[in-house]
Amino acid sequence: MQRTEIKQSDFEALPLDRMDAEKIAGESTSYWKDAWRRFRKNKLALAGVVVIILLGIMAFIGGPISGQNYYQNDLMNANQKPSSEHWFGTDNLGRDVFARTWYGAKISLFIGLMAALIDLIIGIIWGAVAGFFGGKVDEYMMRIADILYGVPYLLVVILLMVIMPPGLWTLIIAMTITGWINMARIVRGQVMQLRSEEYVMASQSLGASNSRLMFRHLVPNTMGPILVTLTLTIPSAIFTEAFLSFLGLGVPAPLASWGTMSSDALGSLQYYPFQLFFPAFFICLTMLAFNVIGDGMRDALDPKGR
Amino acid sequence: MARYLLKRIGFILISLFFIISITFILMKAAPGGPFASERKLPPAIEQQMNEAYGLNDPIYKQYADYLINAVKFDFGPSFKYTGQEVTDIISRSLPYSLILGLEAIFLALSIGVLLGVIAALNHNKFGDYIAMVIAVLGISVPSFIMATILQYIFAIKLQALPVARFESFAHTILPAVALATTPLAFIARLMRSSMLEVLHADYIKTAKSKGLNDRVVTYRHALRNAIMPVVSYLGPLVVGILTGSFIIEKIFGIPGLGNEFVVSVTNRDYTVIMGTTVFFSVLLLVSILVVDLIYGFIDPRIKLSGKGSK
Amino acid sequence: MKKLLEVKDLSISFDTYGAEVQAVRNISFHLDEKETLAIVGESGSGKSVTAQSLMRLVPMPPGKFVGGSIIFDGEDITQKSEKQMESIRGKDISMIFQDPMTSLNPTMTVGKQIAEGLIKHQNLSKKAAHDRGVELLKLVGIPNPEARIKQYPHQYSGGMRQRAMIAIALACNPKILIADEPTTALDVTIQAQILDLMRELQDKTGTAIILITHDLGVVANAASRVAVMYGGKIVETGTVDEIFYNPKHPYTWGLLGSMPKLDAEGEELQAIPGSPPDLADPPKGCPFVTRCPYAMKVCEQHMPDYKELSSTQKTACWLLDERAPDVEPPESAIVGGTEVHG
Repeated sequence: MQRTEIKQSDFEALPLDRMDAEKIAGESTSYWKDAWRRFRKNKLALAGVVVIILLGIMAFIGGPISGQNYYQNDLMNANQKPSSEHWFGTDNLGRDVFARTWYGAKISLFIGLMAALIDLIIGIIWGAVAGFFGGKVDEYMMRIADILYGVPYLLVVILLMVIMPPGLWTLIIAMTITGWINMARIVRGQVMQLRSEEYVMASQSLGASNSRLMFRHLVPNTMGPILVTLTLTIPSAIFTEAFLSFLGLGVPAPLASWGTMSSDALGSLQYYPFQLFFPAFFICLTMLAFNVIGDGMRDALDPKGR
Repeated sequence: MARYLLKRIGFILISLFFIISITFILMKAAPGGPFASERKLPPAIEQQMNEAYGLNDPIYKQYADYLINAVKFDFGPSFKYTGQEVTDIISRSLPYSLILGLEAIFLALSIGVLLGVIAALNHNKFGDYIAMVIAVLGISVPSFIMATILQYIFAIKLQALPVARFESFAHTILPAVALATTPLAFIARLMRSSMLEVLHADYIKTAKSKGLNDRVVTYRHALRNAIMPVVSYLGPLVVGILTGSFIIEKIFGIPGLGNEFVVSVTNRDYTVIMGTTVFFSVLLLVSILVVDLIYGFIDPRIKLSGKGSK
Repeated sequence: MKKLLEVKDLSISFDTYGAEVQAVRNISFHLDEKETLAIVGESGSGKSVTAQSLMRLVPMPPGKFVGGSIIFDGEDITQKSEKQMESIRGKDISMIFQDPMTSLNPTMTVGKQIAEGLIKHQNLSKKAAHDRGVELLKLVGIPNPEARIKQYPHQYSGGMRQRAMIAIALACNPKILIADEPTTALDVTIQAQILDLMRELQDKTGTAIILITHDLGVVANAASRVAVMYGGKIVETGTVDEIFYNPKHPYTWGLLGSMPKLDAEGEELQAIPGSPPDLADPPKGCPFVTRCPYAMKVCEQHMPDYKELSSTQKTACWLLDERAPDVEPPESAIVGGTEVHG
């Protein structure tokens, strides 16, 4: 190092007040801003969001733009290959696969979102109450949840589908009747952990009521894991719908879902594989998109996790 | 230990009681009697049939009979296949499902763990990316789609393996792979994140600071600790394999228990539905207990005692 | 005395998300046989990275040696292969870590964890390693070692786990023991026991110790020489007496000021204001400039050279330049009322 360049004048003291205002390195960012910044960096998760948005748009305009409808039988034109008229071809009853695919998208997405939403509402209320009151209340509520949780989800759904009249809402009710438990457990865990934290005690000592505490302080602070669970519930609901439809327990005809379409196409797999390809491809794409979004959200909301 | 076992078995019995009761209520609530659908029977004959199956008894008597029979594991005859006992159907179809299920569990565990370890050891490198792409795809492709893809490629196009049925080991390959796909992918992800966490643990540094080589550190110290979450996933794994078998056995035309269950559901064959449901529940509850016992043996920190809830 | 280990101009960086964090920058120090050298600094000063680099335990990547050398037994550790390192780790140099709760493998008995190193380095049979393990547990003061050796770490208390860690580290009679904050995670009463144990064992075995700590109280008890680290650099080194009674660096003054003293009743502890520099973008001059109440213009631009104040004390501070104004250390940095000559 060259020491000659240092002059006597360099030995003047720096003003002391430079230390008074502690410089805060970098701008202070809130939890959500920070999470959003991390999420944005995850290209795969962003691509997932784009895919879901596109699927959502196509679910509404896909049918109309093809000029075909999803229920019209046309046995003369059954089992056609994709063409300029029938973009994805036709199925064994001559129905337009393109229109059916997007109609199916509407049904599948609706079921996924609805099931997730209902799970969320029941799960939050149940979990928040159990976690907040703790003690005996918690023990009994969670014991009930445990017993329900011990029964395999799909088994229950199938049994319920047997006794209820077939239909869209039957499917959704069957799925949510035990589906909320997972959410309730996560909310409860979060609430239990947060309940002991200081700002809750501070608020309590200031005389905030229980319901105010629960919904103003606790629930917003448990949003991270809840959002992740929600995102991952959607693909599992879509999967369950497809699974049931594939078994012939799904939405009744003429309603179309990706599951029923796959099931219908199975018989002629050897001769018309493309009939299976489209619904199967979109089931996988949707599940993939929601899964990468869920992963991305988990990474973004929980910086510790890898 | 004995106390723990007793407590757990008691819990299983309570759960079973609930499940048996709920299935009974559900089946009673089902629309239409078992003989109401399909062919219209003359009222006199239907009356006779109801009598024979005890359906004219008051509901509490039916429930009591059902409970007693369930304890004896006797679910009576099938409604649809005359002359066949439910227990016969179960014991006939179980071996197929058992072989298939065990094969799938073996596949999911061995390959899933392997993929997860490879990914973690090559963290953020090529091996990691490949393993995780496989895992994400595995989770996103439902088993029934996987099954049809496998059928199409290996059976129809390549004609390398049989399309369906269950006659030899070769027949089990495709269904076992399809059944294993989702849990395999899940295990791979679980194993990866757990392994990454363990590899950063202090005791791994301790092991390295003793001069042990990487292989010993990885296998003797890291793996045993990292595999814990996978062991606790064994319960859900059994559930997944079981429910997966409903659809896979249907697609591959395997006369297993899952297929039998689905057929009974579409046929509204109530005695078979109830019998298989109860059987599945016993199977699951027992296997979850076994998994917990295994866990207790692997992890010295877990004491299997009757006290406290787990 | 013979130099056992010599670190020369060592620099270590970490590649993280596009930035290069220069955790250790150009540090030099040495370790004599049978002595205890304390490396003192706050978290993020680079002391733990330095310690781990001596055994090449810094994960690489993301870490990397940027320059310098670590000479042990006449050979440069930074140049050795992984295979060669394996025969040094645990045999010549071993290490104990901060948190005894997490530094033992929870699924392996303590006995097996002790035996591993013995089997590897001394070719002992399982039986012989087990017997030696019992001896070692007895040596580190664990009662009923024959039974304890078969137990798992969770059956030990915190203090006992750290004792077991010491037994593992000393199993093969290493020449150097690196103790990375060995008492930080322990209760105060246990801390003293562990320090006493280390000193006692050092007397018996003659192992040289590098003690990494942020606690000057621990240093006073245990070390013979001290290196003070700040911002990835060693800012001052000296014997314990020199550092405590004749400190010359304002950061050392700050550390001493923030240490509770027995004879200074009622006096407030002096915290050092501000936070350590961002090592992804380290300051051009002295790293302490942003928090130093005596900083001068020159400090911002130029890193000071080390000034040898005695054969053992070296300090890097511009205040020691003849052109700098005379500055007296603050009241709070004066230990035990001894007059500080300056």
